[in-house]
Amino acid sequence: MSGFGNALSSSIGRKYVMGITGIFLILFLIVHAGINSLIFLDDNGLKFNIGAHFMATNWIIRAGEYILFLGLLVHIYQAVNLTIQNKKARPEGYAVYNGSANSKWYSRSMGLLGTLLLIFLVIHLKDFWVVSRFTGIPTVDANGNEDLYAVMKEKFQDPVRVVAYVLLMISLCYHLLHGFASAFQTMGWNHSKYNGIIKRVGVWYAIIISIVFALMPIAVYTHLID
Amino acid sequence: MSTGNMNLTLKVWRQKDNKTKGALVDYKLADISPDMSFLEMFDVLNEQLINKGEEPVVFDHDCREGICGMCSMFINGRPHGPKDLVTTCQLHMRSFKDGDTIVVEPWRAAAFPVVKDLTVDRSAFDRVIAAGGFISVNTGNAQDANNLPIPKMQADAAFEAAACIGCGACVATCKNASAMLFVSAKISQLALLPQGQPERYRRVQSMVAQMDAEGFGNCTNTGACEAECPKGISLENIARMNRDFATAKFISEETV
Repeated sequence: MSGFGNALSSSIGRKYVMGITGIFLILFLIVHAGINSLIFLDDNGLKFNIGAHFMATNWIIRAGEYILFLGLLVHIYQAVNLTIQNKKARPEGYAVYNGSANSKWYSRSMGLLGTLLLIFLVIHLKDFWVVSRFTGIPTVDANGNEDLYAVMKEKFQDPVRVVAYVLLMISLCYHLLHGFASAFQTMGWNHSKYNGIIKRVGVWYAIIISIVFALMPIAVYTHLID
Repeated sequence: MSTGNMNLTLKVWRQKDNKTKGALVDYKLADISPDMSFLEMFDVLNEQLINKGEEPVVFDHDCREGICGMCSMFINGRPHGPKDLVTTCQLHMRSFKDGDTIVVEPWRAAAFPVVKDLTVDRSAFDRVIAAGGFISVNTGNAQDANNLPIPKMQADAAFEAAACIGCGACVATCKNASAMLFVSAKISQLALLPQGQPERYRRVQSMVAQMDAEGFGNCTNTGACEAECPKGISLENIARMNRDFATAKFISEETV
C-alpha cells in the first residue's frame, strides 16, 4: 500500500478512523434500538424473540457482528491513543482553566463518557450476549424461539441493574450528543446548507436512542409491559 | 496615563527560563484606570518592579493594535481574557472590577515551550507555515489583480481565513493543545483561491505532517478554539483541511 504514506497514523487520519467507526456504531445503535423496541408491542416478547432469533441465525448478521466488534475495538484503541497524545501535548496544565466559557462539558469529557460506556458494555454483554451466544437461553416461547425476552425480564428484576442501565444511558446520550455532529465535522462534512440539520438530527438521535434504551429496563421493572 | 481607582491582585506566572520550574507570584496594584489596556496595566506593574529593583515580568507584545498576534496571555482561564474577538492588547481594565484577582499564565503546550515568564516560543507555527503555507509564482511584474475571476463568496471565505494572526490562542485554549484551527486557516486561505491550486494537495500533506511533528494534540471538535479566536476563524476551515487531507491521501496520485 505504498503511496498512502502516513494517511492513517497522522492526526487527521486517526480522527477519520474515530469518525468512520463512530458513524458505524451510530448506525448499529439504530438497528439495536429498533429490534429491542419490539418488546413494547407487549406480546410477551413473541415478536422480539423472532427478531432476536433472526439476528442470531442470519449469516450476514453474524458476519456483521465480527465487523461490529472490530469497529468497537478500533474506536476504543484509537481513542486511547489520541488521549495519550493529547495529554503529552500539554505536559503542564493551567492553574485556572475556564473550559465552560467556550465549550460544552460533554464535548470535553468524551473519554470519561466513553469509559463509562465501556464499563456498561462489559456488564451488558455478560447479561445478554454471553447468554444468547454461549451459555444458552434456558426456555423457548410459544413460537418455539429461544425466549430472550424471558432472560430480559429476569435480569431487570434487579433494581441495582435497572438504575445502573438508566444512568449509563445518560452517559450514552451525552456521548452521542457530541459524537454525532463531531463525526460529520471530522469527515469534513461541514456545509452551511446542512450544518443546521446535522446538528438537529444529532440532538434528536442522541435523545431518542438513549430514551428508548433506558425505557426498556424501566418498563420491565415497573411491569408496564409483561 | 490617567490614574484611576481600581485595586487589583495579580497572580502572574514567573519562570526564569525553560529549565527552571515556575510559579504564580502575587502582586498588588493600586489606582489602575479602567481606561488602561491590559498591557498598559502590566507596564505599570513592571515600572513598580523596576523601581523596587526587581526583575520585570517578561511578556510578548508588539503592535498593541490587535493585528500582529504577539500578545499571548492566558487570563483567568481564557486566552486573551474574558472578552470575545479581542487580543490581550485590546482588552481594557473596564472588563474587570475593582478588587478582582486576575490570574495570568503563559500559553501552555509542549509545542510552545516557555522562554521566560509569560513569553513562549511559537516558532513551531513558523515551521508549519514554512512546510507548505505558500504559493509559487513567476517573477516579474505582478499580474493585474482582476485577471483571475474569483466568486465573491470564495474571496470572502479566503479573506476570513487569512485574518488569522497566528497568536496561538486556539492551541492555548484547546484541551488537547491542538493547532488545527491555525493550520487549517493557513491551508484554507490558499486552498480557496485559484493561485493556491497547483500546490493544494502537496501543501495540506506537508503542513499536517509538520504540525504532527511539532507535537500538537489532536482535534476533538469541542469548538473552544473558534470561540476564543480573536479573529473569529471558523471551524469550517478544519473541515476543509480534513477533506483536502483525505483527498490528498486517497484520491490524489501525488505523494509527499
